[in-house]
Amino acid sequence: MYDNPNLERNVAQQDTKISARNVQVFYGDTHAIKDVNIEIPARTVTAFIGPSGCGKSTFLRCLNRMNDTIDICRVEGDINLDGENIYDKRVDPVQLRAKVGMVFQKPNPFPKSIYDNIAYGPRIHGLAKNKADLDEIVEKALRRGAIWNEVKDRLHAPGTGLSGGQQQRLCIARAVATEPEVLLMDEPCSALDPIATSQVEELIDELRDQYSVVIVTHSMQQAARVSQKTAFFHLGNLVEFGDTGQIFTNPQDSRTESYITGRIG
Amino acid sequence: MPLLWLVLIVLALGVVGYGLGRHKAMTSADGDVRHLHSLPVYYGTNVSLFVVVPALLVMVAWLIVQPIVINNSVAADIPASAIPESSTLGLVMSDVRRVADGLDLAVTQGALTSAEASGLQAGVSDVRAILADVGVALGSDVSATTLSAAQEYRAMASTANLAMTALVLGLAIAGFVYAYGRTNKDFRARNVVEKAIRAILIVAASIAILTTVGIVLSLVFNTIEFFKLYPAADFFFGTTWSPSFGGGSELGVLPLLWGTLYISVIALAVAVPIGLFAAIYLSEYAGPKARGIAKPLIEVLAGIPTIVYGLFALLTVGPLLVNVFGSGGALGVDWMSGASSVTTAGLVMGIMLIPFVSSLSDDIINAVPQSMRDGSLGLGATKSETVKQVVLPAALPGIVGAVLLAASRAIGETMIVVLGAGAAARLSMNPLEAMTTVTAKIVSQLTGDADFASPEALVAFALGMTLFVMTLGLNVLALVIVRKYREQYE
Repeated sequence: MYDNPNLERNVAQQDTKISARNVQVFYGDTHAIKDVNIEIPARTVTAFIGPSGCGKSTFLRCLNRMNDTIDICRVEGDINLDGENIYDKRVDPVQLRAKVGMVFQKPNPFPKSIYDNIAYGPRIHGLAKNKADLDEIVEKALRRGAIWNEVKDRLHAPGTGLSGGQQQRLCIARAVATEPEVLLMDEPCSALDPIATSQVEELIDELRDQYSVVIVTHSMQQAARVSQKTAFFHLGNLVEFGDTGQIFTNPQDSRTESYITGRIG
Repeated sequence: MPLLWLVLIVLALGVVGYGLGRHKAMTSADGDVRHLHSLPVYYGTNVSLFVVVPALLVMVAWLIVQPIVINNSVAADIPASAIPESSTLGLVMSDVRRVADGLDLAVTQGALTSAEASGLQAGVSDVRAILADVGVALGSDVSATTLSAAQEYRAMASTANLAMTALVLGLAIAGFVYAYGRTNKDFRARNVVEKAIRAILIVAASIAILTTVGIVLSLVFNTIEFFKLYPAADFFFGTTWSPSFGGGSELGVLPLLWGTLYISVIALAVAVPIGLFAAIYLSEYAGPKARGIAKPLIEVLAGIPTIVYGLFALLTVGPLLVNVFGSGGALGVDWMSGASSVTTAGLVMGIMLIPFVSSLSDDIINAVPQSMRDGSLGLGATKSETVKQVVLPAALPGIVGAVLLAASRAIGETMIVVLGAGAAARLSMNPLEAMTTVTAKIVSQLTGDADFASPEALVAFALGMTLFVMTLGLNVLALVIVRKYREQYE
């Protein structure tokens, strides 16, 4: 049932990048995330799967405190990034988000030129010493976003003029340009056609060398293709978390099995 | 028959037609709605429309045309010798109408029978006294010509009224017969009613457009009239504004345009930053509670009549400025002699424009998709960086549109200027001096005992035209920019 089930993935035992302990999330009176414990390893692609409304995107947004922008949202429990609690009062969410980048479901390039889209993060964080430095950062990011060849001749054209798949790769390049340690992706391929999807998936695989990638996806094939670790969420609970090969071939929980075989969700 | 009764009868016929039409449709379908082409309501409405609409339209047209026709035919019968030397045909005709109306009134009040009213003769009976008894005061005794013209007027009017009543009722009945006859279960009543509704909507839209065209045309014709009397070059390039109704006035528009622009610039300098910052606070920073309170409060400013702003300028802001900049003031300088000045009017007008700018900008900033903000925040940008570098640039075209709309408001503003800026037309750079604007001068040229054929009065239309062209240009520019902005996220 999978395109290319690679069961023999080499998942080297690595340090934990993010660990969550007893995380609860409330939207007003709704208990959206119930008691989630998870350890996300460094330099690995971790996929969150589960039916719509199961809380996987909500949990993803907890990891860089994007939920802070929603007034009625309340988070309890500990989420540690490199051993430091990101919900501690001393942590500045702005600095945290520079370390934990995010790519959204719908491509959202700023209404600026391609160059300025990429240069946006480096500029506000002062990563470039001069113009030449910035040019180099932009080029590197666009190359890593696998879009350099398509846009190198029109860096000053508006980013909104690109096709959907190009826009999404531009957004990934934009996130990469700020040199984050973790990259969160919220259904990055849901608005893309199969060709653009495979380009983005290849890109995710390459990004694994340097970053921890967490990807939310509705496509189980995609989770199987790109991730080494998979977490299955259901009704706000983390039902099962383990190596991707194991989750898809030998799930421990009956709900996971029902979901991946298409009986629920 | 009085008009009210005629209208009521036609409407009653319409109601009856509704019931009958509906009933006939239902009967033809054997009481089963599913056999009808349209819902029963449409059959009823169709019949009432055919009864009411043509009848009332003809009535309105008749009422507009009838006085003109009667007036002309009566006026043709008045010999030129009967018009007194100091008078005109128009004045005599208004006397005739007054006498005719007075006689009608006398008949309805019972002071005269209708036979007596038509048999009155000047010299025999004192018409003036009879009419004074029923409350119609006449300036002089009624001459024989006037009385006979008035009698003719009355006769024609009553014949015409009778004809109109007959025609309107006839049309209503004809409409009923036609529509009722067509009603059966296969008749497409809904399509007819839908067409009628579309016609109503088109009429409403055309009234607005035609009115604009009418206003523009009246401006254009009077402006042309003005330029026949006064050279256009002197008007557009003259630097002196000194109208005198005795003749020899200089009517250069430049000092007025300068005052208008100067005051508008000051007003915008006040309104744009304050309004924009208020909008940013409301849309980006304020919680729902603060927003719920602050937004209506700011919009209260928009509900204050401009004359009240004018009083505020005259009585509060002006004296306050004099206390600072006038002789013996806080600064110890003598830059300002009176309370009226460009700054006074500009500041108050700026306050008036704040809700304009803030409300429009707030809507525009809210229209920037949340995903833009998320994208920026997700890259580790702070809130103010996000607002400054992503939200405002995205909203900029819309904000420019809002500012241009505010500018055209400022250029057209009158009351604040009349009370706050003074009446002296001058070309000066000093913002603490009194100046005046185009709008204020239009008011002063048209108030008072002006002869409407003189250039001093007609110049008001040329000024109005100038102003109209300016604000129209700004509005078009604003619309173009706003439209461009709309396309950006689709």
